Amino acid sequence: MTQKTIGIALASSAALILAAASPAHAGESRRVARGRYLVTLGGCNDCHTPLKMGQNGPEPDMARMLSGHPQALEMPAAPAIPPGPWMATVGATMTAWSGPWGVSFTANLTPDPETGLGKWTEQNFIDTVRSGRHMGRGRQILPPMPWQNVGAMTDEDLKSVFAYLRSIPAIRNQVPAPLPPAVAAK
Amino acid sequence: MRGPGSALRAGGAALGALALLCAAGAPGSASAAPAAAPGRLSATGLFADVATHAIARGVLPYSPQYPLWTDGAAKRRWIRLPPGTAIDGSDPDTWRFPVGTRLWKEFSIGGRPVETRFMERGADGRWIYATYLWAPDGREATLAPERGRRAFAESRPGVPYDVPGTADCRACHQGHPSEVLGFTALQLSPDRDPLAPHAAPPEPGSIDLAGLAARRLLRGFPAQRIAHPPRIEAPSPRARAALGYLHGNCASCHNARGPLSDLGFSLEERLAEAGTSAAVLRTAVRRPSVFRPGGAPAVRLVPGDPAASLLLLRMGSRSPYLQMPPLGTHVVDEEAIALLSAFVREDLADPHAIATLYP
Repeated sequence: MTQKTIGIALASSAALILAAASPAHAGESRRVARGRYLVTLGGCNDCHTPLKMGQNGPEPDMARMLSGHPQALEMPAAPAIPPGPWMATVGATMTAWSGPWGVSFTANLTPDPETGLGKWTEQNFIDTVRSGRHMGRGRQILPPMPWQNVGAMTDEDLKSVFAYLRSIPAIRNQVPAPLPPAVAAK
Repeated sequence: MRGPGSALRAGGAALGALALLCAAGAPGSASAAPAAAPGRLSATGLFADVATHAIARGVLPYSPQYPLWTDGAAKRRWIRLPPGTAIDGSDPDTWRFPVGTRLWKEFSIGGRPVETRFMERGADGRWIYATYLWAPDGREATLAPERGRRAFAESRPGVPYDVPGTADCRACHQGHPSEVLGFTALQLSPDRDPLAPHAAPPEPGSIDLAGLAARRLLRGFPAQRIAHPPRIEAPSPRARAALGYLHGNCASCHNARGPLSDLGFSLEERLAEAGTSAAVLRTAVRRPSVFRPGGAPAVRLVPGDPAASLLLLRMGSRSPYLQMPPLGTHVVDEEAIALLSAFVREDLADPHAIATLYP
């Protein structure tokens, strides 16, 4: 390698290092880190990452992190709840919920373009958790999603959550559509 | 290992969310209306005398030619511009309304007013949304809870009629750059579509596009559009009515300029662009939908085949998780289904029509 080539290589590396450390990149990294913190603290994995049985009992299946109710897991009809104060039942994965609203399946939050949030804009995401409607304008977001709590975050925090969700591995997993009560009862 | 705390926390979230859902329809829910919305409809300036429903001077009735389907409720609409002001129509598809503009829409079932929706442009330029619930004696309407009132009335025996919350108002109105949806050049065109479903004939004294121009209430709007009023260009009267219905019922969200523009699905007829109907159909005919019912691919409109067209499937459903529009209706608009089905089956399958509509 000639001195000139080495010089160019060094200059290129320096440029890359500088770019990586640029204020914009550092800001993006901080945003993703903040989003990871909020998603962890907010318990998003509780329902959006399926549970699997491990040596110590049920544990989140991080190979399917935040990918929602597993496509291959077809749920039988939810058990009928006897009269009384019991209200809801939940699948063993914590990703399928049955109650007075019907049956809801937790969403795929990964950036997969076909089955996740890959085609969503940051504004779609903010509109959804602020309004409780799909993409801010469609069907209602169902229990147990605590969208009222998430929607109370600041714009900056919601942008951080979205940035983090865009940074995680995309997982192709088509979550079933929710079932309305009439269908769920059949 | 997950401890019981996770399940309890999730269960608590479920109950909390459910409680909030239930509270949306609970009588006596706390009212948290926008600060500027008065507590009574009579204080909004609509009436000269609320008891007799006499309308105040300066409040102008109007009637859009492609109205939104609301389960057959009869509707009356009014607008009031602050004295000495005018609408800025320099963008013919996105009129800008002066601060202080007010609009009202009254919904009646069986001849009795049920609710009146209200919008006002505040001093900061943002729109205020509120809904007023009529007392059974029809003498006054009071501010609805912010979350609206589910099953406040019945549109027909056994079918609930929901009063929207302010978030519902925003879900539709803020899907378009102009939050005023029914007061537009196309909707107010004197060249009205005789086949438009559910259009109410303008009541005496109603304002239309020509009237706005004559009274200098609209500035900057292209003069040639006054002389030649807007009209959806289509190869048949049925196609015109079908495209108008989609514009009036769907384009508040499904347009190319709002938050859902990334869906690539626009049903908005725009004046600023020639050949808009073709542009509309390019986003719909034989185009895959982002929504995949049951996880299966689906096509928005299939020429000649209404049953395979997802748009008609969703229009014809009232499953809360499938239906379109997603709110404000519990009853399928059968007249519109018949119109759109014939449009898909015949107009879109006609080589001449398709060549005109969708070159």
